[in-house]
Amino acid sequence: MTLSLRAHVARPGFLLDVNACLPTQGVTALFGRSGCGKTTLLRLIAGLDRHSGSQVNFGEQVWQNEHHFVPLERRRIGMVFQESSLLSHLGVRDNLLYGYQRTPPALRRLEFEDALDLLGIHDLVDRRVDQLSGGQRQRIALGRALLSSPQMLLLDEPLSALDSQSKRDILPYIERLAAHAGIPVFYVTHAADEIERLADNIVFMQAGRVTHIETLQQALNRPDSPLFQDDGPASVLQGRLEPAGADGLGVFRAGMVTLKLAGIDAATSSARLRIRARDVSLALDPPQRISILNHLPMTIEKLHKPVAGKVVVRGRLAGGQPLLAEISAWSCTELGLAPGLAVHALIKAVSLFN
Amino acid sequence: MLTITPDDWMAIRVTLQLCFYTTVILMIISTPLALWLADGNSRLRSVVQALVALPLVLPPTVLGFYLLLALGPQGWIGGTLERFGLDHLAFSFSGILIGSVIYSLPFAVQPLQQAFRQMGRRPHEVAQSLGAGPLDRFISITLPLARNGFVIAATLAFAHTLGEFGVILMIGGSIPGETHVLSTTIYSHAEAMNYAAAHRLSLMLLAAAFTVLFIVYLANSRKPVVVQP
Repeated sequence: MTLSLRAHVARPGFLLDVNACLPTQGVTALFGRSGCGKTTLLRLIAGLDRHSGSQVNFGEQVWQNEHHFVPLERRRIGMVFQESSLLSHLGVRDNLLYGYQRTPPALRRLEFEDALDLLGIHDLVDRRVDQLSGGQRQRIALGRALLSSPQMLLLDEPLSALDSQSKRDILPYIERLAAHAGIPVFYVTHAADEIERLADNIVFMQAGRVTHIETLQQALNRPDSPLFQDDGPASVLQGRLEPAGADGLGVFRAGMVTLKLAGIDAATSSARLRIRARDVSLALDPPQRISILNHLPMTIEKLHKPVAGKVVVRGRLAGGQPLLAEISAWSCTELGLAPGLAVHALIKAVSLFN
Repeated sequence: MLTITPDDWMAIRVTLQLCFYTTVILMIISTPLALWLADGNSRLRSVVQALVALPLVLPPTVLGFYLLLALGPQGWIGGTLERFGLDHLAFSFSGILIGSVIYSLPFAVQPLQQAFRQMGRRPHEVAQSLGAGPLDRFISITLPLARNGFVIAATLAFAHTLGEFGVILMIGGSIPGETHVLSTTIYSHAEAMNYAAAHRLSLMLLAAAFTVLFIVYLANSRKPVVVQP
């Protein structure tokens, strides 16, 4: 199953020039600066903008070509927009049911009660739309889209209008939804942390063009990745969280790698751990009598070119998970770091997505 | 004192009929027109917008004069009808109905256009993504979300037709039971120095107009409607 797109839209001050096959496994993020055309691309997929000469094919279905155009209402696409898009003349329940009622029973894959469970919105169904907070509205919008049993989900910066607390509250729901839906999810964003948390694949866009289509790990292996523009290079480990042991420290297990987490005590669940390269130091000898909780043996794979006196070192942990460390060029020379060398990575801080 | 003659009753009946048909026709014409006008900006839209607003600035006599020419036996509409064995439309109820529709067009189109603009495209896009087709969207989204706009457009169209005078006098003359409406009846009464009769009908129109406008502003108390030329 692929989603193939071809479009050439040129307007004064705006260009969209795309000829690409987008991955349809899991969550695919469309990432780029504002104005790079990612929302236009999403609207092309949805059929909300009908640019002549464009082609959109989803699997066997021809959605748009020179002779043929399938309107959005027959594409069976669920959409969530940036700002609250709940229908103000309907209550929460009727908003949720708007698409459900218009879906033939044979095509329904999700029942009303299940959507309430999935999004934790039992308490909200009898409210008016204007009685909801921003985060609650977006949860209702997600539920409404899911209840129309779509064959694809398009999320256009669904978190960008929310404050950071609401964002933190709603992210786990989006994560569950992505895992639960079993359909391609396209997620437009310019926030790297949302991508590191949610995405399986990333479509990088710049000035109306698709520059790279990569998996999250491939993208994280490039120290010059646009993902790192704001916060510097980082690694993301995919693993499982386990309850704290006798030492009171939470445990994160990613393959053969185990990290201890202070102040975290969660039930077993899958999670992603983000480690900024600048929070990782390297030592040639196993460190002893040191306060840092996590030091992991690592084999250096590549030294990237120094930038502003800093070197990004890419290594592999036991089991093959990649880890980036950012150290000074001076230390790099002093320690004689080179590909193939075994070192110890000292991890000063991590952030947990669960 | 408040005696209403059979002639007056006839004028009231014609007036109400004219207002009713004008409003119905205007709502049918104005809804798609306003939807199109609200959907974007282009040179063609500006031209149509200007044409729609013309009755706001033109003297009714100018409009009535051109309509008389077009609808009369020598005009391209009236003449064509005659060629098909039908009657021309000058000095007929159909004629003043056409005049009223054109004359009150901006009063129906502008509130609708404003309501549609305010609604924006987003609700439609949402409904579309949830599987609603065009007619479904009109009923489940446009009608309820622009309800105030529809109420205001209909009442203003009705009220404005109620007070119409110049256009009717030009196209319709003053034929009792056909084109003799309240406003022209008042004019005839006043011309005949029958001030009591003119007073009666004037007071009725005044009260009716006030009531209609009061309803409009009550329905629209959150956002006052602005009719601009």
